[in-house]
Amino acid sequence: MATGKTSASFINSLGKIYGGYAGGFVGFTILLAILEQVGLPQRVIGYAFVVLTIGVYAYIGILSRTMELSEYYVAGRVVPPFYNGMATGADWMSAASFISMAGGLYLGGYNALGYVLGWTGGYVLVAILLAPYLRKFGQYTVPDFLGVRYEGNVARFCGVVVLFCASFTYIVAQTFGIGIVTSRFLGIGFEVAIFVGLAGILVCSMLGGMRAVTWTQVAQYIVLIIAYLVPVIWLSTTKYGLPIPELTYGQALQEIAKLEQTLGIVKPHTSAFTDARGQFSWVEFNNFWALVLCLMVGTASLPHILMRYFTTPNVRDARKSVGWSIFFIFLLYFTAPAYAAFAKLEVYQDVIGKDISALPAWVQNWSQVGGLLSIKDANGDGKLQLAEFIINQDIIVLSMPEIAGLPYVISGLVAAGGLAAALSTADGLLLAIANALSHDVYYKMIDPKASTARRLIVARVLLVGVAIVAAAVAGTRPSGIIQMVAWAFSLAAAGLFAPLVMGIWWKRTTATGAILGMISGFGICLFYLIMTRYYPATFKEWFGVDLWFGIRNISSALFGLPLAFGVTWIVSLMTAPPSKEMQDFVDSVRIPSGQVAWGEKAHE
Amino acid sequence: MATLTPEKQNAYWRKTSRLMWTILFLWFVFSFGIHFFAPALNKIVIAGFPLGFYMAAQGSLIAFVVLCFWNSSAQNKIDEEFGVAEE
Repeated sequence: MATGKTSASFINSLGKIYGGYAGGFVGFTILLAILEQVGLPQRVIGYAFVVLTIGVYAYIGILSRTMELSEYYVAGRVVPPFYNGMATGADWMSAASFISMAGGLYLGGYNALGYVLGWTGGYVLVAILLAPYLRKFGQYTVPDFLGVRYEGNVARFCGVVVLFCASFTYIVAQTFGIGIVTSRFLGIGFEVAIFVGLAGILVCSMLGGMRAVTWTQVAQYIVLIIAYLVPVIWLSTTKYGLPIPELTYGQALQEIAKLEQTLGIVKPHTSAFTDARGQFSWVEFNNFWALVLCLMVGTASLPHILMRYFTTPNVRDARKSVGWSIFFIFLLYFTAPAYAAFAKLEVYQDVIGKDISALPAWVQNWSQVGGLLSIKDANGDGKLQLAEFIINQDIIVLSMPEIAGLPYVISGLVAAGGLAAALSTADGLLLAIANALSHDVYYKMIDPKASTARRLIVARVLLVGVAIVAAAVAGTRPSGIIQMVAWAFSLAAAGLFAPLVMGIWWKRTTATGAILGMISGFGICLFYLIMTRYYPATFKEWFGVDLWFGIRNISSALFGLPLAFGVTWIVSLMTAPPSKEMQDFVDSVRIPSGQVAWGEKAHE
Repeated sequence: MATLTPEKQNAYWRKTSRLMWTILFLWFVFSFGIHFFAPALNKIVIAGFPLGFYMAAQGSLIAFVVLCFWNSSAQNKIDEEFGVAEE
């Protein structure tokens, strides 16, 4: 690997390498568990997990350094579908999935299942509409496709703008998540923790680009999936005697339902589309569908995901790789509702109604991380009432092992998993942004004569620059993780889905149509998001309502998507059809074999 | 450009499109269709799971995984039928 080119023998021994690595990680966890029993302090365990895992990622990152363009941008296009599936899984599952989603389910019950559905079903769209065709197209970035299909740098630039806005919002959320984990488990301040995490992100991606990110993401997937499954399987086994939480948490749901009645909770965990009073609500109903749609379409529009399918050896493998991706993602997602149910049951059974003075140490530990957990004895009776226990969704998963009284080593494991999830996604996003800026803006638009070495240096400088700005913004704690991530999906969906899909599936789509479609779809989405989030009073003054149709701004793409499709369609029909060369180009992208037909205009 | 005649290219794309629409329809059913009935399905409880909750938490997810693998193998068959599969 040291030559900067991926060798065939490395690809052939992947099973051995990662098998040994997974075994080593499990062994390390067991070793720490034993040491904990003989008195190793918790602080050391926390450090060991955080430092060791980041060390391994850094090692892989440094081994994978490269000065080859195709290695840096698309990992040499040699990644087998199975491993690309794992890498995509890690790329995909971020702090939002790992740290916040089960917490969202804990607080929201059925209504939060929109996230579970929305963040899985989108892969079906990726598989049938986009991935194989983008792989056949075979360039380096998503804006590359727009630039070629829509004949020029205007479309390319619009693509870069959307990519930047969506990915940057997303990466800020990830850096925030990294800050939470490192601050809690290294015992350092949140603002400092963010920059420590930043070093962890950069060391994985800077030297080796996509190649390094791919192989660290596979390693990060292994850590994050073990970390997520172990505590849930543990609880399922100790509570119900069966290590399959996906089957046993039905019993937990029943117990929760009983406790809800005793505790006087009016909104049952499993009731669909109900508001805080437990009544069916049209607002919840509409928002559920809007969110599911925006997240799914966003999945199929986010460049850091789409570019993972540029790295497979061929079109057939790209398709198969989508299957593996959703399978590996599914392993975590279909466990999350069990995680949430177990956490809720623990809290209802063992925390609520207890003496506040006798609450365990984890309450103390977590109350210190940026006000994410607060306990106030409002009625002064010394006992903890449900209303007096306010827990932020971002710490449910991380604190659950402690809440349930599992050994501290499990907490350390979960922290390592959360960190792996946030780091891997941050790396993928950072690379997507830096590649778009260095390849699409610098090389294609500013200096097409730049040498390979110069392009790769520019790419790295931009990578560091974007990372620092993201960390600085995250330090201001702009919003919750899950909200920021959902905005990113809406922005990507509104701006990129229509031009990508129509470019492949409707030959008549013209450059003018696609560009105006992108601008209008993305524009209305951004407008709605910013106005309702930052200027709600002005918004109400202009439109006389707080929200259009009661749709929350995390689903802003609901307005952007139809507009983008509509404008692209109408304007395309009003402008002259694309040239014969362009139609041949689309034909050639549609079939797996043969060369891509670069028309004269397509070829820059 | 591969060696497909325009007629064959069209036939290939018609078959591919038909597969796409079929899967898109099933995707719609599992993403939205069945969940419209969640409040009603929740009245059926199996192994402690209200069915409406179960479908959104797990049932649909299984369907998505199956759809992706099915698409991959069905499209491969179409590719081979038209001789446009790689290698």
